Amino acid sequence: MKHLYALLLGALFGGILVKAEVLSWFRIQEMFWFQSFHMYGTIGSAVAVGALSLQIFKRFKATSMSGDLIDPATKKFNKKGNLLGGIIFGCGWALTGACPGPLFALVGSGYGIMLASILSAMLGVWFYGTVRGKLPR
Amino acid sequence: MIEFISQPWAWYIAGPAIGLMVPLLLFFLNKSFGVSSSLKHLCAMCAISKADYFQYNWKKESWNLLFVFGIFLGALFVTKYLPANELVGISDATVTKMSSLGITDFTGLMPSQIFSFDQLTNTATLISVILGGFLVGFGTRYAGGCTSGHAIMGLSMLNLGSLVAVVGFFVGGLAVSWLVLPFILASL
Repeated sequence: MKHLYALLLGALFGGILVKAEVLSWFRIQEMFWFQSFHMYGTIGSAVAVGALSLQIFKRFKATSMSGDLIDPATKKFNKKGNLLGGIIFGCGWALTGACPGPLFALVGSGYGIMLASILSAMLGVWFYGTVRGKLPR
Repeated sequence: MIEFISQPWAWYIAGPAIGLMVPLLLFFLNKSFGVSSSLKHLCAMCAISKADYFQYNWKKESWNLLFVFGIFLGALFVTKYLPANELVGISDATVTKMSSLGITDFTGLMPSQIFSFDQLTNTATLISVILGGFLVGFGTRYAGGCTSGHAIMGLSMLNLGSLVAVVGFFVGGLAVSWLVLPFILASL
């Protein structure tokens, strides 16, 4: 059942990505060129809704459908890793015009060429997994 | 109603809809919103490396793989049954700037001059698709998250580390789109 929910929520997200045009290379360059409010408004209001939901969950000690307390773990903060990795990802985001969610959505939208980006991204993850011990954290 | 949904969504509809993924995933699955770890699970699933990083039970994270498969299916469904305009609603200023840099085809979500199989051996395509993909994969794992995990989920949790990562996203993205992209497009 949980797997069905994951699939359906993914489908919802994929559909939203297309309708919001946030998976468009044109939109991403427009954002980095500061020529439209669209992406900033989208990301900003998404964070506002996300943050408000988390505060409500916390305030009412909400539980998930299976009855467990909703208390998402904080991601580990590696000062250098977050910044350097973030910069490297940002370069890739501007080159492909897509972050990981949109990569999968673009393939669904008919851009089969982005499968090559996904395979290349897996290669990037493999490379990271291989050299991570040597990277500044 | 169908016609209404079919239109491209304004940011104040699109943003809150994306933000709702955070409480929905927590309520239904008790999982934090994030996409890029799926790339790691795919690597672990294919057993492409003996590095410690990939030695874990990826099946326990299979929800994330179904989530990204869902993203693919949802985009497929919407593109087929709820199609909107041929053109993405970018600003006139962006069209002008892109035209001056060499983009001639504005139909669809991405310029066909770069993003199509016919162009796969061109320099612009190799850099955008292959190198870009590699940096997306490497960078997200090094930073510990992508736009979903850091920019949406992490910032929603008021995480300092996520803010640092998002600043990084924009430092890298601004550098490439302002300084590198003109050279890539010049090769078209």
